[in-house]
Amino acid sequence: MRADYVNLVNTHTVPVRFMYHSPETLEEALRLMREYGGEARVMAGGTDLIVDMKLRRKEPKHIVSLNKIRGIEYIVEEDGGVRIGANTKLRSIEKNSIVRERFEALYEAVRSIASVQVRNMGTLVGNICNASPAADSAPPLLVYDAVVKARSIDGERKIKIRDFFKGPGKTCLKDDEIVTEVFIPYPPGDSASTFFKISRVSMDLAKVNIAILVKLSSNVVEDFRIALGAVAPTPLRIPKAEEYLRHKPLNEENLNIVEKIVSEEIKPITDVRSTEWYRREVSKILVRDALNSTIKKLVRT
Amino acid sequence: MVKVQTEPNATLLDVLREELRISSVKRGCEVGECGACTVLIDGKPVNSCLILAPKVEGRSILTVEGLTRNDELHPLQESFIEEFALQCGYCTPGVLLTAKALLDLKPSPTIEEIKEALSGNICRCGAYQEIINAILKTSRKLQGKSD
Repeated sequence: MRADYVNLVNTHTVPVRFMYHSPETLEEALRLMREYGGEARVMAGGTDLIVDMKLRRKEPKHIVSLNKIRGIEYIVEEDGGVRIGANTKLRSIEKNSIVRERFEALYEAVRSIASVQVRNMGTLVGNICNASPAADSAPPLLVYDAVVKARSIDGERKIKIRDFFKGPGKTCLKDDEIVTEVFIPYPPGDSASTFFKISRVSMDLAKVNIAILVKLSSNVVEDFRIALGAVAPTPLRIPKAEEYLRHKPLNEENLNIVEKIVSEEIKPITDVRSTEWYRREVSKILVRDALNSTIKKLVRT
Repeated sequence: MVKVQTEPNATLLDVLREELRISSVKRGCEVGECGACTVLIDGKPVNSCLILAPKVEGRSILTVEGLTRNDELHPLQESFIEEFALQCGYCTPGVLLTAKALLDLKPSPTIEEIKEALSGNICRCGAYQEIINAILKTSRKLQGKSD
């Protein structure tokens, strides 16, 4: 056996000693976060955090579970968009008719996350707070310009999703803050959106994922938004590609240029799932496929 | 109803197997990928390896033992035998529970819906086709249609 294979890390136990807090109100959860701050971790579905604890990637001294808090599990339409609560399971989001009809890319992304079992436990808010560069829900939320609502004892603040991710596993949240909700504004009328990911089987994390949103006026692009994941330390919008394509006709020449911009703007690495070269190459194809798929949706409606 | 006292770092899987000796709930990957540890909570399939024990305080949990009534096999279990939907059987308890949850929600699932529901249950013997056949057969049985 190679020496670096010999280690004490396995997934059979949770080798971390912690205090488990299960507050029944948000206020109490916020008090606990103020008290334990950097030593505490918020647990919603737990599907990422428990794996990280088994592998000793995270060793919190306190876990603040959102499980027993009422009133933070909802999907409601309001103020020109939908609000999704911190305890709302991925499975409920994929089954929601508003999400399915108006936020196609989010629906497609959520459906592609792990398995039914994991989606019955995991939450959208957990998916973004875990801040994996490959988080499947991130590219759609980026193209919809979602807003993250974070609370601490001192009050609430709204964070644009574009400012939320700071690096692998890092967000702009302070130690005592809990994300209570994600607000997703409706996309512009007569637009359509698409999510794609490259992975070996459905359980896998993405090698590359992408969401785009397009609005056409005859054949001229009125609105174009594009975001990719697993190609940089955080999920990325590509403003340069967006600006280039806006107010231009959708033709082969422009498509080639947009593909090129995307492959140059991303900063992928080589890791176990893929190589830098492959990620750049496949990103071009994803741009093309996602555009094609979105235009088909626009023609259908 | 059972009462178990445990450390918070025990998973539901640990409690079911080690404390309650319910060994039908299998240890597999223990990171939520293989589905061998699947149980139903409130009728929904979840991975018991990814749930801390205190989270399920007061909840009802269904393991494969709960499928049998008065020593009579559940129609799914009968169909699995008839269709040879297993070889080693390690994945079977989890697959049965996932299939039960699916049929409770959708009594006549399509093959695509079955595949989607089972995407979190890995069968290393590769009995997928027989598993799908057995679920379709059960669906027909429960609808009162003969083969």
